[in-house]
Amino acid sequence: MTVITDALCPFCGCVCDDLTIVVENNKITDIKNACKLGAAKIMGHHRIEAPMMRADKKSDFKEVSYEEAINEAAQILFKSKRPLMFGWASALCEVHKKGILLAEEVGAIIDNTATVCHAPSTLAVHEKGLPTATLGQIKNRSDVVVFWGSNPVHAHPRHMGRYSVFAKGFFQEKGRKGRKVIVVDVRKTETAGMADEFVQVQQGSDYLVISALRAILSGHADVVPESVGGISKEQLVKLVDTLKAAKFGSIFFGMGLTQSISRYKNIDNAISLITELNAFTKYVISPMRGHYNVTGFGQVCSWETGFATAVDFARGAPYYNPGETAANDVLLRKETDAAMIIAGDAGAHFPADSVRHLARIPVVQIDPYWNATTEVSNVVIPVAICGVEVEGTAYRMDGVSLRMRKMIEPTLPTDVEVLERITERVRELRGE
Amino acid sequence: MTLNAILITGRTINQGATIENKTSPDYQEATALCELNSKDIGILGIKPGNQISVKTDHGEVVVKIKENNGNPDGMAFIPMGPWANAVVDPDTKGCGMPGFKGIKAEIKPTDNKILSMKELIARYK
Amino acid sequence: MELLIKNGAVFDPKNGIKGDKTDISIKDGKIVSNVSSKATVIDAGGRLVMAGGVDAHSHIAGAKVNVGRMMRPEDTRSGISPRTKITRPCTGYTVPNVYAMGYRYAQMGYTTVFEAAQAIMKARHTHEELEEIPIIDKGALTLFGSNWPTMDFVREKNMDKLAAYVAWGLLASRGFGVKCVNPGGGEMWGFGKNVTGIDDVVPVFDVTPKEIIVSLMKVNEMLGLPHSVHLHCNNLGNPGNYKTTLASMELANQVKASKDRQVMHVTHLLFNSWGGTNWGDFESKADEVANYLNNHDNVTGDMGQMIFGSATTMTADGPKQYANAKLLHAKWSNGDVELEDASGVVPIYYVKQISVHAIMWAIGLELALLTKDPYKMLLTTDHPNGGPFVNYSEVIALLMSNKKRQEEIKTVHEAVHAKNKLPGLDRELDFSEIAIMTRAGTAKVLGLLDTKGHLGVGADADISIYDIKPDQIDPSVEHAKIKSAFSNAAYTIKGGQVVVKDGQITATPLGRTYWVDAKVPEEHHTEMMKDIVKKFKNYYSIQLANYMVQDEYVTHPQVIKTGAIPVEVN
Repeated sequence: MTVITDALCPFCGCVCDDLTIVVENNKITDIKNACKLGAAKIMGHHRIEAPMMRADKKSDFKEVSYEEAINEAAQILFKSKRPLMFGWASALCEVHKKGILLAEEVGAIIDNTATVCHAPSTLAVHEKGLPTATLGQIKNRSDVVVFWGSNPVHAHPRHMGRYSVFAKGFFQEKGRKGRKVIVVDVRKTETAGMADEFVQVQQGSDYLVISALRAILSGHADVVPESVGGISKEQLVKLVDTLKAAKFGSIFFGMGLTQSISRYKNIDNAISLITELNAFTKYVISPMRGHYNVTGFGQVCSWETGFATAVDFARGAPYYNPGETAANDVLLRKETDAAMIIAGDAGAHFPADSVRHLARIPVVQIDPYWNATTEVSNVVIPVAICGVEVEGTAYRMDGVSLRMRKMIEPTLPTDVEVLERITERVRELRGE
Repeated sequence: MTLNAILITGRTINQGATIENKTSPDYQEATALCELNSKDIGILGIKPGNQISVKTDHGEVVVKIKENNGNPDGMAFIPMGPWANAVVDPDTKGCGMPGFKGIKAEIKPTDNKILSMKELIARYK
Repeated sequence: MELLIKNGAVFDPKNGIKGDKTDISIKDGKIVSNVSSKATVIDAGGRLVMAGGVDAHSHIAGAKVNVGRMMRPEDTRSGISPRTKITRPCTGYTVPNVYAMGYRYAQMGYTTVFEAAQAIMKARHTHEELEEIPIIDKGALTLFGSNWPTMDFVREKNMDKLAAYVAWGLLASRGFGVKCVNPGGGEMWGFGKNVTGIDDVVPVFDVTPKEIIVSLMKVNEMLGLPHSVHLHCNNLGNPGNYKTTLASMELANQVKASKDRQVMHVTHLLFNSWGGTNWGDFESKADEVANYLNNHDNVTGDMGQMIFGSATTMTADGPKQYANAKLLHAKWSNGDVELEDASGVVPIYYVKQISVHAIMWAIGLELALLTKDPYKMLLTTDHPNGGPFVNYSEVIALLMSNKKRQEEIKTVHEAVHAKNKLPGLDRELDFSEIAIMTRAGTAKVLGLLDTKGHLGVGADADISIYDIKPDQIDPSVEHAKIKSAFSNAAYTIKGGQVVVKDGQITATPLGRTYWVDAKVPEEHHTEMMKDIVKKFKNYYSIQLANYMVQDEYVTHPQVIKTGAIPVEVN
């Protein structure tokens, strides 16, 4: 029996690193400190045992060797004129580097799961920058914490305990008691139920509410109507007072802002609010990243290509234009003629029309588990689980780089090996 | 009785706990559902656990009703996943992000069965 | 692998060579006294030969740089070139991608570059990026000036524990030296405040920047680190700040060097040599700063020269960056690092017709022209704060040609005539002085002059050949040729391998990462770690077990070992 302490969790952007893992006979038998999400992932369950292929997506898969599957994957990419390589967030940075190299070689569009999550936040950062801090700053200093369009009780269960609400810090010795917690959301979530103040906003009206807050903050409450987005002016004025009274305010935001009607403009506006609050007191804003290494892809892609995601290599040099080069854009325009989906589930998390197009084109899946993408795939290559069976780098939601552990020995090839072999085969096909 | 609602989609803990096991009944249990408050469920004349059809301009899907009194009147919530994505707005509005929240939906009770994940995706092939 | 460079007009200040035709023999990546007849011969044809360039202060890797990339797609787009058989795609101008970073330095004849600042908690990221920068040797300076353990040990006046912390921090971050940015200010910015001078008391921690600077200098010398404390003074970017700079420099007198070098290196002095009291009466005090350097041998500096056009300011001086963004109405990124330091990234466009910018531009040049000894004033642009490093050739040309300077002065705001001395300075630096400011001097300041910055036996075979014949060119008149030659090396040789020929990349080996492994007595380390364990138990948001940079992130290390030395303190 082996006990691994200070292990890191490969589920959400919290990347909790205080897990204890008990391993017996190369199986994980117990986990301490993980939340329901992390425990479910780490304990694992049945997975795809061997590579499989089918020409017709409606027929059953046939089990094949890794050699055959890798060769077929390479053929698909080699023959493609407009390949899409999507997913990445459940894999380590070492995998991302291989993926970007392959995308360069085949002139693909490479995009990650942020495309349906926080890519709009990146668009806002292009406009306004990102005034933020590492999570320990919140733990040690923040006395006013706002969750806007974010429901950590469900999506980041240990965030409040480890970092933002209950955590005790150097200047916040009282933990929860020393903090004012505000939740802004369209419905009363369980997170809202724990807040000191719940601000219920009409769905789609966040942009208006942020603008109203900014107007009040800058001394122009007179232009604000009696009700904005279902919230009374009185409540908005009080909210601004509460925000201004903070010693260190922090706003955490999620899909409520990135996915509703104004998309990235919501975050653009929110960042401006934070910047303006800094004239009065210290404020930071942080995106609640969903996958444990979605942030990592954005980091690697940025330092390698200059752009965080949705990078089109068709010209031999990186080209970036979300709205044109994001995964759903090319799928909805039926522009892409082949896809590789790795460490991400487009089949489950893209709108139906995108999945319809995936069903029309050759699809290679690289993943440990049978999921919705498997249903539309032609070639399926199972791999070792990053962060459980493979060690390597991941970036927490606040941009802190950490090294994920290997808890048990892998029985299948790793993503890195598979990508290397596909790349080698593509080069052979090219005659290089 | 039809209910006109605004549909939003998003994460839940049970959806997240089963996300790596999408062929399981647990995943379907966690994700093929729609949350409405008790008043709206009353308008539909059904009980929690019954089936409803959710129809938008982009598609139609059958899911199970779940009660959530945190929802305001006329707000439907379906956890992110294949059932939600059968009806969300694909339009990325020129910025890459589809419309996963704020879709107008028509909700009706139905006797049609809830499709499994495989059956749902099979319809796209 | 043997190489012989013949007929080069060599400028090797350390070894007293000033343009003589000297052959350089290379074997197995080092300069040797001679090679066999089997050596590959490069005929330099009478052209200028220097050691590969060495840069002591440039923001090339890590969290701040990547934030710069993420927030500036417009910058990424401004310098795109596709992949070739040998090179990956290049992007960016002020915030290049990692490949461009390495290629473009090599194309200028530079072979060693140090990242100016990394927080320990984010050092893994810095090294991930450094690992992907091709060709150049590199390292990173580690931030200590606002760290909670630093301030605690300074307050306790416990130099043994502070030395142990610095040693451990360098190991944890695989850092090369001690960086101190707006000391104390990083903690103040945690609540949106700043220090205003070296005597301000940082609340709760109860220490002053003065105490932090002196203490870090003491332990730096106790540990015998190759480089001295590297200081970004308090009050950067505020009119009148030259007084803070002089007061900070004076602190160097309190500590004796443990090696043949300065005890304090003050960086990007362009931003810290300001007179006046506001933007209206803002003026240059470069002469005062240069005068101090001329009269003291224990302090060195670097220019931080400004280049007109696009730049990206990025620094651990968080409060200054917020103020910058407000002033410029620019987008603003901020990145506090818990228990350690701050940071901010703000794009800027330097304009000739803006009086403040013109005065700043002139200040940088004055610093170089008024400091008599080029060993005391290194050539930098604080890339990308003053401007991107690809413009070093512009700075070289300006320093070598008064004619060019006068032509430029005609095009900038006339304020330089009233607020600067530059228009009246006719000093023109020669190739030897340039070689000092970009090679020998930098290597000496960094404590690497045994293997870098010179062309004598024992040096790393890092050599650059430029397409100029020093005895046939008048740099003052032909400054355009100077600039063009220094922009694209005829040859860059790294570790004995030709990596650039006629400005084109010919090979992309991976360089080494320099870091310092300093030893302290075990008892001091143990005592110090008790405090660190408490910090991780109560305040950090990650576990101590996951904090330190692992071997996997430094695949080509060049470790310099040092040990504790009893040091004379005045």
